[in-house]
Amino acid sequence: MREQILAIIEKNSRINIKELAVILGAEEIDVANELKAMEEEGIICGYHTMIDWEKTSIEKVTALIEVRITPQRGKGYDNIAERIYKYPDVNSVYLISGGYDLLVTVDGKTLKSVSSFVNEKLATIEGVLSTATHFILKKYKDHGTILTKKYEDTREKVTP
Amino acid sequence: MRNPLADKIVDIKPSGIRKFFDIVNEMEDAISLGVGEPDFDTPWHIRDEGIYSLEKGRTFYTSNAGLKELRKEISNYVERTQGVHYDEMHEILVTVGGSEAIDLALRAMINPGEEVLIPQPSYVSYEPCAVLADAVPVIIELKEENEFRLTAQELRDAITDKTKILILPFPNNPTGAIMEKKDLEEIAEIIREKDIFVITDEIYAELSYKEKHVSIISLPGMRERTVYINGFSKAYAMTGWRLGYACAPAQIMEQMVKIHQFAIMCAPTTSQYAAVEALRNGDEDVAQMREAYNQRRRFLMHAFQEMGLRCFEPYGAFYVFPCIKEFGMTSDEFATRLLMEEKVAVVPGTAFGDCGEGFLRISYAYSLDNLKIAMEKISHFVEKLRREAKAKSSC
Repeated sequence: MREQILAIIEKNSRINIKELAVILGAEEIDVANELKAMEEEGIICGYHTMIDWEKTSIEKVTALIEVRITPQRGKGYDNIAERIYKYPDVNSVYLISGGYDLLVTVDGKTLKSVSSFVNEKLATIEGVLSTATHFILKKYKDHGTILTKKYEDTREKVTP
Repeated sequence: MRNPLADKIVDIKPSGIRKFFDIVNEMEDAISLGVGEPDFDTPWHIRDEGIYSLEKGRTFYTSNAGLKELRKEISNYVERTQGVHYDEMHEILVTVGGSEAIDLALRAMINPGEEVLIPQPSYVSYEPCAVLADAVPVIIELKEENEFRLTAQELRDAITDKTKILILPFPNNPTGAIMEKKDLEEIAEIIREKDIFVITDEIYAELSYKEKHVSIISLPGMRERTVYINGFSKAYAMTGWRLGYACAPAQIMEQMVKIHQFAIMCAPTTSQYAAVEALRNGDEDVAQMREAYNQRRRFLMHAFQEMGLRCFEPYGAFYVFPCIKEFGMTSDEFATRLLMEEKVAVVPGTAFGDCGEGFLRISYAYSLDNLKIAMEKISHFVEKLRREAKAKSSC
């Protein structure tokens, strides 16, 4: 049941327990218990909303930053990653295989504020060798959802 | 001027859905639950393979029976799902949708005046195709109390010495009924005893929500007297590609291929390349769609239960078939009022045979959000009808 619950709430976290139980053919109490257990185990980490900020009047820029760092003896990458993710400006931090080490996403109000965060905060952390900042210009698809086009039912209205 | 028309064709009445369809199309803002095809797009990797085949210039006829590699994949599919082997060289034909296969099978096997048993409610094409093949269609009226399954008794009662073929339309459109192994075993015994043939239309086979779908071809002595029909429309959401297939013993298949060869030549080449990809790498997509349909099915069953609308639990296809007899209206009246007053389109059960009277076909090939809105409207309508009835009875 876990897998099914996760598949559903990953797409629609607003669905209520009663509805979940109905479409899964399960008891409400079992669904509620499963959800609670998964929250406690840290499998479910939050219920966020996907927002296309582009369509609002709120100014917002997001940057993807490639960060190369020197791993520390005994600690690897974790200490530096922690120093980075503690900044509230930082939205996500991933350890990456390949040409660089950490992929950091940073949200800010303006290009300037993000660049100054990178230059003044991120790049100056001890152990950070280099950064490369990419600003996101347009989001076409996010979390499996296409943002640029709306679903349209083009079927005939009645067919045998 | 002489009458340019053939009486046989003129006498066939047009599909019952047509009339209703014209009204629905007039209404811009109607929510439709009347569609008999998946709401999913064809999975991208399958579409991509179709596009790629065009890029490579695969734009020629295929052999009459279809691409050899596709027939091989079909053979593998039937073997892995039903444990029955068909030889891709002589026993498999790729057709323009399952519908063509139905037509071919009837025309290949019927001599004028022989009887074809057609359980109803069922898909609209069996009866006219039987007539076109000069058969005498004999309708078996399936019953709600049997969950619209075909029972041995019903079959036995319908058989005469002219009976040649039984059409077996399960999982069923419009009822969503299935036939399980035990049901099929009882039927198969009579089929063998009476020496008749079966055309089994299993286009919804992958959309079964109980046990895995069992085909009658897997029962002893049935492969040699059955034409097995399946296709890509429902399982892979490929309705517009127009691609189905038939598997049958070589003796029957040889004649089916002959008609196909002269009437059609071959099924669309692009679709055939896409279908190879579907059978090779599409299992995961089918599983995901099946799960989504199943969730909607449960949602609808629950909604009807809450409205107090009687509905047997269907385990196949993507339809539910609730009963509206309590309102004392015909299916047509109910559907028309529902459309006019709540702007929800459903299909009257009578579009699928007279015994569909008192029932509605509701398709759940729609998103849950869509179904939710529609169910609220139907619930509202049902309450209104009950209030009307109460007011009438108290005066």
